[in-house]
Amino acid sequence: MKNQKIVIIDYDAGNIQSVKYAFERLGITPVVSNDEEVIRSADKVIFPGVGEAAWAMNSLRKNGLDQLIPQLTQPVLGICLGMQLMCESSEESDTKGLGIFPLKVKRFTNERKVPHMGWNQLEKLKGSLFKGVSEMEFVYFVHSYYVPCAEETVASCNYILNFSASLQKDNFYACQFHPEKSGSVGVKILENFVNL
Amino acid sequence: MLSKRIIPCLDVKDGRTVKGVNFVDLRDAGDAVELAAYYAEQGADELVFLDITATHEKRKTLVELVQKVAKELNIPFTVGGGISTPEDVGVLLNAGADKVSINSSAVRNPKLISDLASRFGSQCVVVAVDARFADGKWEVYLNGGRLATGIDLFDWILEAERLGAGEILFTSMNHDGTKNGFANETLAKLSEMINIPIIASGGAGNMEHFADTFTEGKADAALAASVFHFKEIEIPNLKNYLKSKNIPVRI
Repeated sequence: MKNQKIVIIDYDAGNIQSVKYAFERLGITPVVSNDEEVIRSADKVIFPGVGEAAWAMNSLRKNGLDQLIPQLTQPVLGICLGMQLMCESSEESDTKGLGIFPLKVKRFTNERKVPHMGWNQLEKLKGSLFKGVSEMEFVYFVHSYYVPCAEETVASCNYILNFSASLQKDNFYACQFHPEKSGSVGVKILENFVNL
Repeated sequence: MLSKRIIPCLDVKDGRTVKGVNFVDLRDAGDAVELAAYYAEQGADELVFLDITATHEKRKTLVELVQKVAKELNIPFTVGGGISTPEDVGVLLNAGADKVSINSSAVRNPKLISDLASRFGSQCVVVAVDARFADGKWEVYLNGGRLATGIDLFDWILEAERLGAGEILFTSMNHDGTKNGFANETLAKLSEMINIPIIASGGAGNMEHFADTFTEGKADAALAASVFHFKEIEIPNLKNYLKSKNIPVRI
């Protein structure tokens, strides 16, 4: 597992250091790149993202990454905004996404405080990303937009309503929470991804 | 369920923690990274590092510290103290900080909040507010509580939210250091007034105070320093206590 080539997609959308450090703690030195060849040659690809959806999509387009990412055949893990951009569209600035998941990203209503910020519980866990993770374990979320529960949902969470904490379709995996900031549970999830 | 957060605050100077810290089981309690790792291990939900280094050139040590903490820790952390430009923030976020906290610089230049929110996202902008209650009103103070501004606390917090703050860290100067509990009445008012999370700070003395600030004070998180540093309260005990009071916590 330690000699895998993990590439973190760098498209100038937020702090990717934490993701990089999380893999380093697993004994893996990831490559940070926006180069098509480097990304294509990876064993696993991480698609992080923090910030605003339209701005991030523009940034992907500038590098042709919007075309590349949906074509990837190795396991890809989208994190937070990365997961939202993998969907069809987002209510955030009416943004068209990569369309990997046929789902629409919506904004939380103001019934409770937005952003949904802090530690919340994972429910209805399915699939290989959550092997060894128990129901109702806590992970760290920070987001104002959410993906409704759907066929691709492999973990859900409740805040205002039930929403997708994680998605999976074919080789594409995604987490709304930050596994790199989610203590030992997050470590387990990243390990599971590396071990796919 | 979204849990209430417990946040130890570490004052750091020249990359080392200050204030008496009574940890017999740490090799070096002044080592901010080691102390941070200890708190993370104990179940702290987040950490705040407050840099009290005075000189500009020493700020480099803060960036190095942030890098070391980010390499070591797998929970979120906030860095504050002396941040006044988007460039300052960019450096800290790139070093691995999750959020930054701004205080005096935001009052002096409120546009800083919107600049940071649009460039880095609201989620990483914590606006810290120190205020004192006197003569029937809450007034915002700057420079670590040394300078009165004449600005009303409620007006300022509404303004900070409007400009794009992602979170408010409210310290009551009347309660800070007293160990008599948090400013719950005011916290509740603020919490109902705004739609972003609020962190209670100032006054923690015992475990009941934490329970009270989450129930009566409607706080989303509670921050404390000395009760944790002197081991008057240990985080695992605190969380078990809160859980027994039906307050959602991460255990």
